[in-house]
Amino acid sequence: MDAVPTGRIEICDVGVVFGRNGQTVEAVQRFSLAIQPGDFVALLGPSGCGKSTVLNAVAGFVRPSEGCVVVDGEPVTRPGADRGMVFQQHSLFPWKTVIENVEFGLKMRGVGRTERNSVARTFLHLVGLGGFEKAYPFQLSGGMQQRVGIARVLVNRPRVMLMDEPFAALDAQTRMTMQELLLGVWKEVRTTVLFVTHDIDEALFLSDRVAVMTARPGQLRDIVEVPLARPRAPEITATPEFMRLKAHVLAQVREESRRALQFGAIA
Amino acid sequence: MARLPARALPRPAWPAGLRRLRAGGRSLLRVTSLGLFLVAWHFATTRQVELYVRFKNIPTPARVVEEAMALFTSPAFFVHIGASLERIYLGFALATVLGVGLGLLIGWFRLAEDLLLPPIELLRPIPAVAWVPLAIMLWPTERSSIVFITGLGAFFPIVLNTIHGVEGIDRGLVRAATSLGAGPASIFREVVIPGALPNIVTGLSVGMGVSWICLISAEMVSGQYGVGYFTWVAYGIVKYSSIVVGMLTIGVLGMLSSALIRVVGASLMPWRPRSAKHET
Repeated sequence: MDAVPTGRIEICDVGVVFGRNGQTVEAVQRFSLAIQPGDFVALLGPSGCGKSTVLNAVAGFVRPSEGCVVVDGEPVTRPGADRGMVFQQHSLFPWKTVIENVEFGLKMRGVGRTERNSVARTFLHLVGLGGFEKAYPFQLSGGMQQRVGIARVLVNRPRVMLMDEPFAALDAQTRMTMQELLLGVWKEVRTTVLFVTHDIDEALFLSDRVAVMTARPGQLRDIVEVPLARPRAPEITATPEFMRLKAHVLAQVREESRRALQFGAIA
Repeated sequence: MARLPARALPRPAWPAGLRRLRAGGRSLLRVTSLGLFLVAWHFATTRQVELYVRFKNIPTPARVVEEAMALFTSPAFFVHIGASLERIYLGFALATVLGVGLGLLIGWFRLAEDLLLPPIELLRPIPAVAWVPLAIMLWPTERSSIVFITGLGAFFPIVLNTIHGVEGIDRGLVRAATSLGAGPASIFREVVIPGALPNIVTGLSVGMGVSWICLISAEMVSGQYGVGYFTWVAYGIVKYSSIVVGMLTIGVLGMLSSALIRVVGASLMPWRPRSAKHET
């Protein structure tokens, strides 16, 4: 699989306001972040801080009230296959087999049956699901379903892969395995990844940089570089360097969580 | 949480022989239940029980079997069955096409909902039998008016269940489709229609039941053929055992049509986990 060096994301002064029965809620405020092509960036923050909202703005699901999102020089106005999203859970089409789910993006682009089948198989093998082509989603475990979700996005060769707490619904062991698998896959495809999580270990283990958000309205609080060598194995989480980074990030996240509680911002 | 394949759910490990006996036991229970019903019927009618309900004129099972043998060897009875089946499948097919088509539009497009739903809501509570006089005036032939009544009965459950199915579609799946490059037409074809399918099949199954009710009522009120007509005429000419044969024929045909819908539904949706009840 050839490396695609595209996928520069520029989020400039984005503000998102939601209207809920007459009341407005400011979810995100003056949020700016620039992500280099091929970078793996985690977006970390307390629950309700608007990190998923930022992700949805990049995906084109949410239109910012202020500011703009630009990917490779093009302003984002609507969802598109160049910014594929991996959701938390239950996002596979239940009525399609595994291979049909993975083929979906190619079918939308009008790729012929034979070609899309062979491309989809390649990506299924990449996520370690060769042999499950004809299974339906309900027959797969949660971790396997998420792997199909990743293959389904990557088959489109997106500039950016957006991931919205993709492993949060999995048990701890499966989550660890999936994180390793994701790094392996990412090494192959080298697409830009923006990964939303509230799990500090996960953010540090996976990414090049961690963007820490404040409590709502979500702003960028800090960008923490993660200078851990790649390839990374799970043992890295027990090294002093990892611990030091974790303590640094944890202090920030705890402060924001406390603020969120104080101002009753968790709605 | 990891989900196990539904087919691999753990079951109590019965030895093969015992398991067969247990499965056999359930069938035996069902046959016994049917047998007890027949015995009760037999005694109620041969002893001519009178406990407020009067079994004096009700035919015995033996009489009914005898009558059924006679009827099922004469072509005349099959003309009635043929007429009823033709009406039901014509009416049901029309109701399916219209009901699913309109239901998908109403469920997905706000404009279609505003334009089409109000008359449906207004007409829905009217029982099909109340349509009989109007249907006779509306339609040129007796056949077409009964097909209309039959289809009308099936239409409402089909259209309403389809709407319900479309409205219940997981918005997350629509989002997923758009972020994979699907446009509006593809979303309708790839997400909306299959997503509504379970409710559509429920609608068809309810609709099939209602259309039998409507068919038989319509045939009893107006008509010269059909199992409903046959049953009503049998009452008029005091052929009591024919009434029961007519009723049982309706029961069996209704049961078979519902089974047909279930089989078609299951084959359209191999992606649905089978319910736990079927597993044990």
